[in-house]
Amino acid sequence: MAEAILQLTDLRKNFGALKATDGVSLDLRAGEIHALIGPNGAGKSTLIHQISGSLTPDGGSIRFLGQDMAGLDMAARARRGLGRSFQISSLAPEFTALRNVMLAVQARQGSSFRFLRPVASDKSLTDPAMAMLERVGLENRANVPAAELSHGERRQLEVAIALALGPKAFLLDEPMAGLGPDGSKRLTGFLDALRHEAPILLVEHDMDAVFALADRISVLVYGRVIATGTVDEIRANPEVRRAYLGDTA
Amino acid sequence: MAVSRETIANGVLALLLLVVPLLAAASGETFYITLATRIVILALAALGLNIALGLGGLVSFGHAAFFGLGGYVAGILATHAFNGEAVLFGLPATTSMPVIWLVAVLLCGLVALPIGVISLRTSGVYFIMITLAFAQMIYYFAVSWPDYGGEDGLSLYVRNTFPGVNTTQPLPYFLICLGVLATAVCLFWLLRGSRFGAALEAARQNTTRLSAVGIAPFRIKLVAFVISAMVTGLAGALFADLNRFVSPSMLSWQMSGELIVLIILGGKGRLFGPIAGAMVYVMFEYALGDITERWQLFLGLVLLGVVLFARGGLLGLVAGRARHG
Ligand SMILES: Nc1ncnc2c1ncn2[C@@H]1O[C@H](COP(=O)(O)OP(=O)(O)OP(=O)(O)O)[C@@H](O)[C@H]1O
Ligand SMILES: [Mg+2]
Repeated sequence: MAEAILQLTDLRKNFGALKATDGVSLDLRAGEIHALIGPNGAGKSTLIHQISGSLTPDGGSIRFLGQDMAGLDMAARARRGLGRSFQISSLAPEFTALRNVMLAVQARQGSSFRFLRPVASDKSLTDPAMAMLERVGLENRANVPAAELSHGERRQLEVAIALALGPKAFLLDEPMAGLGPDGSKRLTGFLDALRHEAPILLVEHDMDAVFALADRISVLVYGRVIATGTVDEIRANPEVRRAYLGDTA
Repeated sequence: MAVSRETIANGVLALLLLVVPLLAAASGETFYITLATRIVILALAALGLNIALGLGGLVSFGHAAFFGLGGYVAGILATHAFNGEAVLFGLPATTSMPVIWLVAVLLCGLVALPIGVISLRTSGVYFIMITLAFAQMIYYFAVSWPDYGGEDGLSLYVRNTFPGVNTTQPLPYFLICLGVLATAVCLFWLLRGSRFGAALEAARQNTTRLSAVGIAPFRIKLVAFVISAMVTGLAGALFADLNRFVSPSMLSWQMSGELIVLIILGGKGRLFGPIAGAMVYVMFEYALGDITERWQLFLGLVLLGVVLFARGGLLGLVAGRARHG
C-alpha cells in the first residue's frame, strides 16, 4: 500500500449546534485520486477549508507529508505543497489570467519582497505561467482580466494556478462545476494524468467524472464519512445508495 | 507599443509642473512658485499614501501622523541647531536637509511599524478607525508638549540647507522638491511593477487568493504601510521647510482626510493620481480661498462628482480604465 501523503484523523468542526465535520478520518495516498462525494451541505467544502488552513478545526489532526499542520496558516500550508482550488472561484479579478498565474509562479520561486525588477518582462515568471495556461487550454485568454472570463474559464484558471504552485497534493473543490459537458470531459482527461504529478483530493458532484477518475471514494453525509472504498464497492454499498445515490445507480 | 492616453496625460502634468514655475520665476511672480511647491509636496505626501491606499487598498485615515512627524523632525532639528544645542543623548542637531530627510524617513518607518502591526489585524472600517486613533494620539501629544510650541507650533528661523543650493530662494527650493517628487514617482512605478507590487495589488483584490498561493498577506501589507509612511514623512519634512513652520495641524485628522481626498480626486493607484489631485486641490484653494472661506464646499462638489461618475479619478476620466498587463 502506498504511503499516505495527507492524513486526517478524527477531525471535528462545529458551527454552533451544527456538526459540519463529525469525526472524519481519511487519507490521500501517492498517485491516487480520492474523491469526496456527498449531498449538498454534507461538509465537503468545510473539510477542504480545514485542510488548506482557512478554517481551524475544533478537534482532530491533519498531517501532511508527515508534519502536523496545526498552527500553520493558509499561506504556510500552501508553501509546504497544498495546492487548492475554490468551489467559488477566488481570483484577483483585476489581474489578467496570466498575471493570476504569475502570482503563483512568483510565490513558488520564493520571496515576494523584491521591489525593483518589473514582473511584466520577467521571463522566469511569464513563461511558466503561460505554460500552465496552455495546459488548461486558456492560452488564448491570457490577457483578459479574470473578472471578464466566463464562469468555466475561471474554473480552468483556478486549476492553472494550483498547477503553477507545483504542489505535493491537490485539493480541488468541484472543479467541474459549470464547465458544461465538453469542459468536464476535457478536465476529466486532464485530472486523470495529473494524479501522477501529485495525488488529488477531489470534491465533485459530477458522478460520471468521479466514477471515471477515482481510485477511492469517500462518502460524506452530515459531516461523517459513511463509507470509503473503490468505485465498485461504493456503487454496491446499500447505505450509500440509500443516503446519496438515490438507488438509481 | 502605442503610448497610452494616461502616459500622455502624465507627460502634460509633468510639463506643467516644471514649466509654470519657471515662467513665474522669469516674470518675478514668486508667489506662484510657492504655490507650485505646495502642490509638489502635497503630491509627494499623497503618493506615499497611494502605496498603502491605492495599491494595497489600505485606507489609512492616520497618515497625517507621518506627515506631521516628518515636519516636526525638520522643525526640531533646525531649532536645536539654531540654538547650538544637541538634540538627544548629545547627538548634534543639523540644518542639512538630506540628514533631516533621512531622520524623518527612518523615524516614520519606526513609528509606522507598530501602528501597522496593530492596525493590520483589522480591516475595513476598523482599520480606518484604528489608524485615525493612533494619529489622534500623536496629535494630542504634540499639542500638550510645550517644549516644541505645543498648540502654537514651531517656527523655523531660516529654511534648512542643501549642499550647493540656496534654499532660501523659491525656485531652487521648488526644484529640490520637484527632484524628490520625480524620484518618488519613479520608485512608485518600479514598486508597482515589481513582485512586491504584484503581491500588494493581489492583497487589495483578494487576500484569500494571495494566501492560497502561499504568500502571507499580513507581511506584504505591513511593509507597504511602512514604506508608505516613510514617503509621507519625507513630504512632511519638506512642507515644514516650505512654510518655515510646523504645528499640530499637520498631524490633524483633517490633514489625513485631505491626503485621501487628493488620491480619490486624482485617481487611486495611478502613477500621477496624487499629482493631479494636488494640482486641483491647491488651485481650488487658491482660486476660491480668497473669495470664500467655504471653498471646500466647492471642492466637495467636485469630489462628489468624481466619486459618483469617475471612479478612476480625474486621470481616469482622461485616460480610461486602468489596465493590468
Ligand atoms: N462559516 C459557516 N458558518 C456556519 N455554517 C456554515 C459555515 N460554512 C458552512 N456552514 C454550514 O455547514 C454545512 C456544510 O457546508 P459545506 O459548504 O461544507 O457543504 P458542502 O458539502 O461543500 O456542500 P455543497 O455540495 O453545497 O458545496 C452546511 O450546512 C453549511 O450551511
Ligand atoms: Mg462545497
